[in-house]
Amino acid sequence: MVDRSPSPGRPRPPLSGASLALRFGGIAVIVAALAGAFAYVNGTLDPQRLKPKDLVNVLETNNGVHPGFRRNHSKGVCVAGYFESSSEARSLSSAQVFNEAQTPVVGRFALPAGNPYAADSSVPIRSMALRFTQANGQQWRTGMNSMPVFPVGTPEAFYQLQKAQSPDPATGKPDPKAVPAFFGSHPEAGPFLAWIKTAKPSASYATETYNSVNAFYLVNAAGQRQAVRWSMTPLAVDAAGAVAPEGTDFLEKDLIQRLSAGPLRWQLNITLANPGDPINDASKAWPEGRKVINAGTLVLRSSHPQNDGECRDINYDPLVLPSGIEGSDDPLLAARSAGYANSYLRRTSEVDQLPAAKQESAK
Amino acid sequence: MSAPLKHFVPLARLLHWLMALMIIAMLFIGAGMVASVSERHEWLIHLHKPLGIAILLLVILRLGVRFSTSQPPLPADLPSWQALAAKASHVLLYALMLILPLLGWAMISASGEPVMLSSSFQLPSIVSANAQVFAFLRKAHGYLAYLLFLTVLVHLAAALFHGWVRRDEVLDSMLRGKDRG
Repeated sequence: MVDRSPSPGRPRPPLSGASLALRFGGIAVIVAALAGAFAYVNGTLDPQRLKPKDLVNVLETNNGVHPGFRRNHSKGVCVAGYFESSSEARSLSSAQVFNEAQTPVVGRFALPAGNPYAADSSVPIRSMALRFTQANGQQWRTGMNSMPVFPVGTPEAFYQLQKAQSPDPATGKPDPKAVPAFFGSHPEAGPFLAWIKTAKPSASYATETYNSVNAFYLVNAAGQRQAVRWSMTPLAVDAAGAVAPEGTDFLEKDLIQRLSAGPLRWQLNITLANPGDPINDASKAWPEGRKVINAGTLVLRSSHPQNDGECRDINYDPLVLPSGIEGSDDPLLAARSAGYANSYLRRTSEVDQLPAAKQESAK
Repeated sequence: MSAPLKHFVPLARLLHWLMALMIIAMLFIGAGMVASVSERHEWLIHLHKPLGIAILLLVILRLGVRFSTSQPPLPADLPSWQALAAKASHVLLYALMLILPLLGWAMISASGEPVMLSSSFQLPSIVSANAQVFAFLRKAHGYLAYLLFLTVLVHLAAALFHGWVRRDEVLDSMLRGKDRG
């Protein structure tokens, strides 16, 4: 490229000052237009757009920054085991997880809160995240919660709900009127609020039912799509009246104790939507009477502290799906995927700042 | 000795303009998807991965064409600093075109996610799963993409400078196969 042409080319008449200015101006306009379009697309010139970093920033504002930890569902424990498929989902999905006898699973139980030191009794919700690794290398990742519906149906409303809980710069404390005001203007939160009124913090991860909350599609070999939601229903149920004990860290101890006595099992129940059921709104429950199939059994055999367990480095992005399962057009799914990716980059950059794991494991 | 080539060979011109479109689209797709929480995030990511691998394959082909054909020389009267800048920016463009798709492939590998180009077409992982390696590769992917965008802007400005201000053969050598009437 540094070779020079032996002839200087055709001689050209010199440009006038005005013509030269016009030509440089034209170049500047074209370059600036391209740079400006790029700055719009990356959000710099579009500050109103809700971006993944906004979702994670508001969680950090509300909960403080705990380097190395997830920005939400921060307190948890890794588990491992496998999934045994039944034959019931085979006609609905071509995913290998429903067609092979066993698929290994690495999972995580957690509290849906942004503080890794939160008391286990501080939230009446538990979560279960799972990664199924199929023999063909494809994965199914799912993050489920013990609530039946999500408070809101859109990422914008979720963001506003988090903002309502942010400390007021003037007082350093959240405005106590902000959350009631939010729910006052968001009637879609009704089903969630009705549920949480009766919800109590459970004493164990093992006795909870965990729901996909968002809808997905199962796709079979013929390409037929069936909208579904799924739940992991515990096969171990405590005697009536089991209540959460005192203390802040009973859930992980309880899990270790139960696993030392034997594996824990959940049944994967897949609920099939009827035509007309809301597929794109996680704040709305589906009416009773929907067909439910038992797709198989989750068997968890061991646990490990999250700070150096295998689940630590897994982003339970609900849109990492094998062929045979697809995301729905629920807008929360894309927002979860985008937000988790942002949180994942932040915490994987801080792995060396995590406190060393001291807790015991159940093998 | 035969007369020096005045225009890039047709295959080189085809690859240049095809990849110019793909790379600019890719830069906008990447910048848009990481700044979006809507469904756009999903469909942009599903475009980004196969398009990145297509660019990787094309740049390998293009490097082959680049080293097996002769290039039109720069004008003899070009100041040496501009000739040096031209050479350096082309090396940088080729390097980034090659490195960015590899970084994207490697970062997904390091995250432990399967590298899926469609719902069922999977590439092998090229790096074993490691959170810290992921974080490094992911940041490098982002910063080097911005560097590529800046380099593309400089390349575009320089091409227009040749065509409109210097009015030499440089822009023409990539625009057309024959001299102007």
